[in-house]
Amino acid sequence: MNPPLTQTHALAPIAGPDTPAADPRDGEPLGEGRRGFKGVITAVRVQKASPGLDPAELERRLLEMGFVEGARVEILHEGFIRRDPICVSVDERRVALRRCDAGGVFVRPETAR
Amino acid sequence: MLRPVRVALVGNPNSGKTAMFNALTGSRQKVANYAGVTVERKEGRLTAASGRAISILDLPGTYSLRARSPDEIVTRDEVLGRLAGEAPPDVVVCVADATNLRLVLRLALELKAVGRPAVLALNMIDIAERQGLRIDVDALSAELGMPVVGTVATRRKGVAELVGQIEAQAHLASATSIDTWREPTAAEIRALHREAERMLKACVRPPERPDTWTGRLDDVLLHPVAGIAILLAVLFLMFQAVFTGAKPVMDLITAGFNMLSGAVGAALPPGLLRSLICDGVIAGVGSVVVFLPQIMILFLFIILLEDVGYMARAAFLLDRIMGAAGLHGRTFIPLLSSFACAIPGIMATRVIDNRRDRLTTILIAPLMTCSARIPVYTLIISAFIPQRQVWGFLSLQGLVFFGLYAAGLISALAVAWVVRTLFWRGASEPFLMELPAYKAPDALNVARNVLQRAQIFLQRAGTTILSMMILIWFLASVPGKPAGAVGPAINYSFAGMIGHFIEPVLAPVGFSWQMSVALIPGMAAREVAVGALATVYAVSGGEGGVLGASLARHWSLASALAFLAWYVFAPQCASTLSVVKRETNSWRWPIVMFVYMTALAYGAAFIAYHLALAMGGG
Ligand SMILES: Nc1nc2c(ncn2[C@@H]2O[C@H](COP(=O)(O)OP(=O)(O)O)[C@@H](O)[C@H]2O)c(=O)[nH]1
Repeated sequence: MNPPLTQTHALAPIAGPDTPAADPRDGEPLGEGRRGFKGVITAVRVQKASPGLDPAELERRLLEMGFVEGARVEILHEGFIRRDPICVSVDERRVALRRCDAGGVFVRPETAR
Repeated sequence: MLRPVRVALVGNPNSGKTAMFNALTGSRQKVANYAGVTVERKEGRLTAASGRAISILDLPGTYSLRARSPDEIVTRDEVLGRLAGEAPPDVVVCVADATNLRLVLRLALELKAVGRPAVLALNMIDIAERQGLRIDVDALSAELGMPVVGTVATRRKGVAELVGQIEAQAHLASATSIDTWREPTAAEIRALHREAERMLKACVRPPERPDTWTGRLDDVLLHPVAGIAILLAVLFLMFQAVFTGAKPVMDLITAGFNMLSGAVGAALPPGLLRSLICDGVIAGVGSVVVFLPQIMILFLFIILLEDVGYMARAAFLLDRIMGAAGLHGRTFIPLLSSFACAIPGIMATRVIDNRRDRLTTILIAPLMTCSARIPVYTLIISAFIPQRQVWGFLSLQGLVFFGLYAAGLISALAVAWVVRTLFWRGASEPFLMELPAYKAPDALNVARNVLQRAQIFLQRAGTTILSMMILIWFLASVPGKPAGAVGPAINYSFAGMIGHFIEPVLAPVGFSWQMSVALIPGMAAREVAVGALATVYAVSGGEGGVLGASLARHWSLASALAFLAWYVFAPQCASTLSVVKRETNSWRWPIVMFVYMTALAYGAAFIAYHLALAMGGG
């Protein structure tokens, strides 16, 4: 089943002062989804990466791992400490990543289409 | 004579690239480093049916030609022919997992843009067939503009055809292709991905019987509670096998080296030469080779878990814990190896892409309690720690033993944390890792890999390590004992002089001059300290009981605890230092390692000694 993302997640600000406001049509960040979430990637736009890592670089790496607009994702598993990292299926492939790195992948639940 | 065709193997991780390299080259491979950098260069040779020589270069698994680390810069420059002194490859072979084509097609398109002749090896075609996955090879070949060959690397199926295509493409190789490659932008990656997606739709029909096992197994193995429990059980089983399973063979090896040493000793006249061969070469090499059974069992487990696909899951489960110390989930594998011996652990750090992550892991690997510490720990614990029960069921000796293991592990994570937060802030790799589908391991493939690692370990033992052993023998036996002198001969050697010289420095941590002297030959390998103690106290043989009783008479409890604390941290292993030198291609890191570990050892021994004194352990 698909527990919906909570409202606070959907509204969580992701932008800094000088970054463009998030487009509400983009949906929620994958990094805040819960286990069982199923959806489609609407945008990959990394504005914040872990310290020392260039956001543009993280964006390209996510793209190279198959996190591309239109890809179908499902959160399959969560780690045991703070539900981190997560294991996501991306178009039939399984990828493990940390929630903080998945913040720039925006997804819309499957049912909302 | 035609010069050999130069081939570079490229592919995603887990595509079977290593298996393909082995299938192509058999045992004709050699591993070296690129000049001046720490990147491994794995090259092998074969002769095609036509008689043409082919040299194959294995490049690290990657999702893109874009370089993420110094290592990948070398990979990319190799493919592009930008490396000085290295000719560009004539043919690039892209190894693809046929059941997982989406990402590798994008890589193939990237490679094609480079302009070198390329061949796509559709590997694991057996699994694709089992799943009822249909791939229109001709259409795919036409779309990509490169020959496509179905292969089963582990069974060497399709390999001959692949070689044929390599040869055919080599004839097309133009010497004048211009290097116009530059890093693709995010938009270009998206465009290439769409193109790959379109090809996939056009040429591949989804499997009729998709793999459902992976999902079902992951539900258990990645479960937050059950998954951790299973991981701990697997690790426990592995340690059991490493420490109990290897024992008989290790005893046999020790006995063999003793016999050899005895036979050679009997054949040679007493003197320096006999001492060099028996105590230096044979005993020295023996003290390292004796770990081979443990290392092979350890590698058997690691390679099995890796091939089945479980290692990536273990990295997933442990990522948060390693992450707290600023490390990547993947560093878990080298650290695991280090429990047997830091040397294979340090060699295994090659799986870590990021240079800083890798160096941090190398620096902390020797803090893991390697099996060479066990004889030292056992000797001191059985001599000084009373055989008592704590809380009715735990043995005090066992508890101290466990405490020493835990001290090593915790301090390793602490050191990593300090390094990552104070010296190398940030710049960490994102943890972004594909979890491959589970596979039944191929027995032959596993056996070959275990033997290969054992061989690499022995080569190290045969070269770098041997020379360190001889140096330490030299220090411990030259100059010889003057006529009519009293006390053990080592007292008069350079090692004895060094020991006496450093004794004032070590006195504050409770070390007597005998202990200080024993530290010097103990540099050869940690467990050699046991024999060295026996020598300085002039106890015949290394009989634990006799030596233990003698130590109990000479040492205070505080000194004994300080000695244990010293051994948790001290870089008492010349072989480890020389392997670090080899792996990092610089003296800088072994020196850093020596300094920081000695400082930690001194501090820990100091604290242990004075705490014990304060509590009446004088
Ligand atoms: N069934 C099957 N298994 C394969 C094939 N090629 C490789 N493997 C297995 O796939 C796993 C990963 O292979 P490896 O060569 O280590 O992959 P690498 O990460 O690309 O170097 C190993 O367990 C191999 O035994 C193949 O063609 N068929």
